[in-house]
Parts: sequence; structure tokens; C-alpha cells
Amino acid sequence: MAGKLLEIQNLTTGFVTEKGIAKATDRISLSVEKGKTLCIVGESGSGKSVASLSIMRLVDYAGGTIFEGSIRFNGDDLAAKSQKDMINIRGEHIAMIFQDPMSALNPVFTIGDQIAESLQLHQRISRPEAWRQAIDMLQMVGIPDPELRAKQYPHEMSGGMRQRVVIAMALVCKPALLIADEPTTALDVTVQAQILELLRRLQDELGMAIVLITHDMGVAAEMADRIAVMYAGKIVEEGTVLDIFDHPSHPYTIGLLNSIPGLEGTRGEELYTIPGTIPSINNLPAGCRFNPRCVKAEDRCRHQEPGLNEYRTDHHVACWLYSSEGARNTAGSASEVNHL
Amino acid sequence: MTQQPLIDVRNLKKYFPIKTGLFNRVVGHVKAVDDVTFGIHQGETFGLVGESGCGKSTLGRAILQLQKPTSGEVLFDGRSVQQMNAKQLRHLRQDMQIIFQDPFGSLNPRFHIRDIIGEPLRVHQQVSAAEIDKRVVELMELVGLDATRRNRYPHEFSGGQRQRIGIARAIALNPRFIVADEAVSALDVSVQSQVLNLLMKLQKELGLTFLFIAHGLNVVRHISDRIGVMYLGRLVEVGRTEELFANPRHPYTAALLSAIPRPSPHRKQERIVLQGDVPSPANPPAGCRFHPRCIYAQDKCRVLSPELVTLASEHQVACHYPLEALSHSEVI
Repeated sequence: MAGKLLEIQNLTTGFVTEKGIAKATDRISLSVEKGKTLCIVGESGSGKSVASLSIMRLVDYAGGTIFEGSIRFNGDDLAAKSQKDMINIRGEHIAMIFQDPMSALNPVFTIGDQIAESLQLHQRISRPEAWRQAIDMLQMVGIPDPELRAKQYPHEMSGGMRQRVVIAMALVCKPALLIADEPTTALDVTVQAQILELLRRLQDELGMAIVLITHDMGVAAEMADRIAVMYAGKIVEEGTVLDIFDHPSHPYTIGLLNSIPGLEGTRGEELYTIPGTIPSINNLPAGCRFNPRCVKAEDRCRHQEPGLNEYRTDHHVACWLYSSEGARNTAGSASEVNHL
Repeated sequence: MTQQPLIDVRNLKKYFPIKTGLFNRVVGHVKAVDDVTFGIHQGETFGLVGESGCGKSTLGRAILQLQKPTSGEVLFDGRSVQQMNAKQLRHLRQDMQIIFQDPFGSLNPRFHIRDIIGEPLRVHQQVSAAEIDKRVVELMELVGLDATRRNRYPHEFSGGQRQRIGIARAIALNPRFIVADEAVSALDVSVQSQVLNLLMKLQKELGLTFLFIAHGLNVVRHISDRIGVMYLGRLVEVGRTEELFANPRHPYTAALLSAIPRPSPHRKQERIVLQGDVPSPANPPAGCRFHPRCIYAQDKCRVLSPELVTLASEHQVACHYPLEALSHSEVI
């Protein structure tokens, strides 16, 4: 297990509701190596944001509870830590950025103050020194004229600039892990390209690992070393970026990839669709959670839930199509499913 | 294409005044749409792309007269919309409808679905309640909704279903022209493809003409016959979809297309990363509005604003130094 920076095992995070416990993530296991990028992809309601909030233990403040499992970060189990201990970890060792940069920034403080605050909180450092480092950080994220910009307020900046400021804030303590929850979803494509390039450059310079949460397979293709596909609180497929794009195996992953409007001459043709919608976590179907929408569903899928098993080397799938008897030796099955 | 377009937009401008001080003195204008000319043919889907704030939504609304244009003309089927009186305009609105982006904000939460879909019928046509109900059932089935759920409220439907409700309302009066303003942008990929298929199906069955406004370029490429690219209130390039994607002639179009993340890890393509942000439309740069961010900008670009000129058949570009057309072997 050398090189694993973050290792999540059997994490179940849920919300206590009138109808019982709604499990937003159900026994999920994930790991991230030092300096690498893991993308968690999935549609709204798949549990990907709750997974990321659990790592930061911020889910406690959102009304959620971690019921089961461990989150090992550098060997420490974050799931067992008190909120007091978490304060020292958040911001210094693990940082997080969100989709909407405006709500992540305090409108009544200058951005220089907000970046310096995190430094002064975590490091014994003088105020002028913190300010100086804040300006260096603004420079690093590509904000022109950082001395002037540091004295400005969030409303004086454009959306792309604000996201850069938020990234500067997150990275000023040089964390080992950055969790980015849909960091470019609110931005235009040209600005998105700038921000993704910035994240890649900073990852090289600082050697940090990234957990990137996105619904955009294009962004995942560009950024990820490994990809985990989530559906209704479960990880249904996990593997390297090439595994997922070249040998998508779970019918959901295949459907997801096929329903992206193509960039190559398929104009006007009917798009592949996955029938129905993602189920609510309060009302999950029996058996495999994807079975009501799955074209390959068999009897077993309706009764028994498949586990996440290694299907090819280092490529995991939770689907009965690839259960131990059938899959491992049938190299042809992946290409066959490709043409669903 | 000698045939007259269904929608003919001529030199359309929409300025919003910037007011300040005690007496609401007008100190300037936000030129949201500045001198735009183009046409949409019967049965065609015209895609309109551009970044936030480029004026694409305002253009859509100005065409529908939901926002009164500052100047310029919109011809619908050869008739000038500006010169119509209120009664004629009201009659015309049956032929022009809009689908909004936000399926949560655009449906009244206190109306039943049957009232939401039936409202245009009640407003525009004198029909009995029973006939409205019959039509609502028809419409719901047409857009793939369970008609037995027509007595429910919007919050009981998912995002994709609400967008279908919005579509059912838009087609209730058998319009000829629909503006889809970011109609699928808020939806997840798997639901988005369902709604796109529905729009394409309805277009075929009902012979609709679409103005499809979106910032998701993949989606626009899939659904549009022709595409117009907007930058700071101006159309900078118009062309047939394949031609525009294969052969962008305006440097902004080229940068925009190269910025799309490709859903394939093998194609780490050369990307033109634009520097800086879109300038404010209240104070656009002199000359070509794109020149401060353009790597090819010359002296002429800083002074003289380029006109939209036709380069090849149906391919228009507003640039003094358009990019070279690639020969076909170089594409792909």
C-alpha cells in the first residue's frame, strides 16, 4: 500500500430522515496515490459530493453522519477524529474548492486577507509575512497585478478570477490533497480550459494529489489518472482513465459515454439514451441499483446486489455480467457490451 | 437558399441604459446586442453559441419581442414584427414560443401541470375546459409524460420531466418557431440526451424551426444545421455546422472550439488558451472587439471594426485577417 495518500474503505455516509436512514454513499472504497488525480464522475444524486464532504468531515455540518468505514489519510483515520482535530487537517493538509466561487468567498474582506487568514491559522507566521505569501500565491495562480488585486473585494473580480482566488486560498498552505467539487461547472469553456490548465500546472509544481468531482466525462478524460463512476451511492466501476474510456464495462458507464452528444459527425442522429432517471436514495430498487434502467438486466440483477470485483487487472466493476465465472477469461465480453 | 427565411433579423440592436444618481441620469449603455443580422430558414435549427454575457439570450428575447429592440428589424415570414400593433403581435405570439433553461424557475409551483400546459390554450384560443384537458393529455403523451399525472404540481417531477413540461407548454399552440434558451444545460448527460432526442423528434413531426441557444458546444453541434458564434454583442462567425467545426475562420471560434474538453483520453489536442476575460459590454474595446485577446491582432484590428462578410458559401466571418481554410486532408 505504499504511495497511497488517501484510502477510503467501506464508507457509508447517511442522513437520518423520517423514513429511516438515507445512505448517500453505501460502503464505497476508494484510494488516491500521492501526486495523482482521481476523478469521481456521476450524475446529480449519485453521492459524489457527499463522498467528498465525508473526507473533509464537513458532512457532519450538513446533517450527515458517517455510519461505517474508515478514511485513512497518511495512515490516520479521519472518520474517527474529533472536529477539533479536523480543524488542523482542513486547510493545511487537505483543502477543498467548490463549484461556486462567490459563495466560497467572504464579500466583506479583501481577497488578500482571506488568503492570509488560512496561513496565520495554520502556521506561526507574522502578518506581513502572511500577506507577502498571499501575494506570491496570487501570482502563482496567474492573477495579473497581485499587489493591487490582493486589496480588492470578491465582487470586483470576474468568475474565472474568483475561482483562481479560491484555488490560491486552498493551496496557500501547500496541502497534500486537494478536493475539487465541480470546480469548473459554473464557468465558460474558455475559462474552464484556463482553470484546468492551472490545476494541472499547480499539481506538477506542488506535487499534490487531486480528487476531482465532475459530471463532465470530457473534463475527467483530460484530468484523471483514475476514474470512479458512481451511481445511486455505489461505485459501479473504477479503473485507470484508459480502462474507463477504452474498455467501459458497466452498462451504466457505457450508457453514460454513449449519451454524450458526439463531436464527430453524428449530427441530427438519435442519441443513445439510458431510459428512466436515477432513483432517489430513499427508494432504491432491489438487487442491482441500476437494474430498472439496464438493457442487460437478468433475473439475478433484480434480487442480488453485485459487489465491486476486479474484472481485469486493476479495473473493478460491480456487475453480474462480469461475475467471477464468466468474465475474467472472456476478453470479448467488453467489446460485445460496447455495442449495446 | 434563395427562399425567404422564416426569421429575418436585420441590424438588430438592444441597448440597456446604465442609470445613476438621484435623477437616474443615463451615463452609458450596455450594448448587449449590437447590430446583428442573420436569418433562420423554415425547418432549420440555428445554434447560437458564445460565453456568458455575450448577448445570446438577449438576442433570442429581442427576436421574440419579449424585450423591445432598441433599433433594427425582425421579419417573421416576411412581415415586420416591429410594425405590428398589439393585437397583431398577440396573434403572432402563438407562432413564436420559448423554452427556458431553468426547469425549476420557469414553472409556477402553485399551478397543476394541466394548468401550466393548458394556460397558452386558455389565453389564445376560445376552447372549452374539456377540449383543453383533451389537448393537455395529447401533449403530455407527445413529450413522453404520464398523462395521469396531470393533476400534480411541478415539485413532484424530476428536472428532465419538468423540462418536458416546459416543452409541452411551448408546443401547445402549434408554433412555427421556438427559441430554446439553454434548454438542456441544467440537465444531467443521460437526461439531456433524452430531451435532445425529444426536441429532434418534435422538429421532424411538427416541422418546427429552432433557435437553439447554448454554451454547451457538443450539444449545439449535435442538433444544429447552422451555427452563429457571438462575442460581446456581435456575431463573429456564421456557418454550416460541419464547416464551422472543421474550418473555423475567426480566431475566437477556433479558440472556443479548442477549449471543449474531449471525452477521450487519447486526444490531448493543441489548445488555444485565451488570455484574460471577456471585456464589459458597457465599454467594449475599439475596433474589433476581440482584438485585446487575439494573438493575430494587427494595427488595423485596434481601430476598425470588421463587418460580417461572406467568405465561402454560407460561411460568414467578421475578421480582417480570417484564418486560412484548411484543405480537407488536414482536417480530422
